[in-house]
Amino acid sequence: MVLVGIFALLLNSSFAAWQDVGFISFLTGRVWNPSGFVSSHFGIFTKIVGTLMVTAGAMIVAVPLGIATAAYLAEVATPWEREVVKPVIEMLAAVPSVVLGFFGIVVLSPLLARIFNLPNGLNALNGAILLGLMSLPTIISIAEDALTAVPKEYKEASLALGATRWQTLSRVIIPAAGSGVTAAIMLGIGRSLGETMTVIMATGNALQFPSNFFSSVRTMTATIAIELGEVPADTTHYYTLFAIGFVLFSMTFLVSLLADIFLHRAGEMKKL
Amino acid sequence: MTKNQLFSAPGGLAADYLRRKGHPSLVEGVAFVLLRLSMLFVIAAIFFIFYDIFSKGVGVISWEFITAMPRRGMTEGGIWSAVLGTVYLTLITAVASVPIGVFAAIYLNEYAKKNTFTRIIRLSIRNLAGVPSIVYGLFGVALFVRALELGTSLLSAGLTLGLLTLPVTVTASEEALKSVPDSFREGALALGATKWQAIRTNVIPSALPGIITGMILGISRAAGETAPILFTGAAFYLSSLPSSLSSRFMALPYHLFIMSTQHHSIEKVRPIAYGTALVLIGLVVTMNMSAILLRTHYRKKMRG
Repeated sequence: MVLVGIFALLLNSSFAAWQDVGFISFLTGRVWNPSGFVSSHFGIFTKIVGTLMVTAGAMIVAVPLGIATAAYLAEVATPWEREVVKPVIEMLAAVPSVVLGFFGIVVLSPLLARIFNLPNGLNALNGAILLGLMSLPTIISIAEDALTAVPKEYKEASLALGATRWQTLSRVIIPAAGSGVTAAIMLGIGRSLGETMTVIMATGNALQFPSNFFSSVRTMTATIAIELGEVPADTTHYYTLFAIGFVLFSMTFLVSLLADIFLHRAGEMKKL
Repeated sequence: MTKNQLFSAPGGLAADYLRRKGHPSLVEGVAFVLLRLSMLFVIAAIFFIFYDIFSKGVGVISWEFITAMPRRGMTEGGIWSAVLGTVYLTLITAVASVPIGVFAAIYLNEYAKKNTFTRIIRLSIRNLAGVPSIVYGLFGVALFVRALELGTSLLSAGLTLGLLTLPVTVTASEEALKSVPDSFREGALALGATKWQAIRTNVIPSALPGIITGMILGISRAAGETAPILFTGAAFYLSSLPSSLSSRFMALPYHLFIMSTQHHSIEKVRPIAYGTALVLIGLVVTMNMSAILLRTHYRKKMRG
């Protein structure tokens, strides 16, 4: 019910925005200048790129690390290691996003500025690293579940044929758990797409079109959070913020749906 | 010397061994070391974050810091109003989301038939968990603040956070109910109890630890959220404590946000920001750890 409610409400407000701005120019316009003196522009293309860039960066950080860690925990780690490591990772999952953003400002930003010789470290890279860290617990726990759910027979058959444990892991277990691992990545992407506070604090929020990972970017979520407090209700600007919310909602909805399909497929494999 | 000659030469025995037998296990060794390094890197990053916040925040924290009001444009004094705001807010969140969540889970697991309709409901609940928190914020503004005219208040923010925690509460409660063996239900029904009596006396008590765990996890997530309360009631600075459900409030996560990005002298208030971060992390992690401990304790008891 709530989901339908949110959907209807966002769609309703979004239509108001698109009537004024036009759906195509809303999605593809590069200029966002809601309070221009002569004319206002409401193009969110720059923000979509910003969001996708930070999310892609986060996945470059989180996917290899997350899957390697999950594989280690599922196949290599001693029970003792597992007992210690899993609660620590759950602790990371508990850290509020605003605290991670704070960490980005006080630690990561000066560090990046020094390493890459930049005036400041509040850029897409900073946001990507933090979001990567943030999606790690999700990716690790779901990928690990998928890896442990692979039937024992697969593993035993492979080992009996003389394969090493690594060959078994990389060529039998990980491919067999493919659906579950993909679902884990999808949920990680969903988490990064929708994250607000960390990116507001860490990416610098510039309105220009980003040229590389060292540019400051403003994501869709950050735009809503920064501007909603300042706009008068029921203006085009107000409605466009809801329209951004709608685009964001659609993107995360699609991603969770895909994750769900992959998880369902993983669940069916388990029954075999 | 060609490769083969090298391996067949007497001195090449070791290399020969490596080629025939050792090579795959060498690859395995390297691969496992890399996997272990990834794991250690993740752990190290986590410890680094906690260490940084803890080492720089612990000096700031004192009884006075927690129980004093902010003073002089928030450059001095404590964070009592933010602490109390967060406590009130989480209480409202709990009141708003726990009963609905538990009843929804009881309905889904005990009463609802397994058909397309319940599959769609379950699917939406899972998707609801993936909706970005800022979108909940938008929803809260449109529904609670404006349509229901609750204004920017504790109540609006609490209800918005309640919605946000609903998927967590429902999913966890359902898992807990599912883990209760059917024999518990059948035993009660066989003695002539009605379905509701069976659920109330036999199912809920044994599912309770699981339900409470889910509740704590949901609420601790709400306690750390900033985006949904930005526009539904959190205030930059208030000189008094919230007096009713309709007052605005200060909250720890929002306080940390303004102390690190919006305050007029950011460098000067950095220690307060660190202290706030530590209190917030402490609060949320304690809630989470107690939930996890409760879960492990309960699981061991079930097995034993």
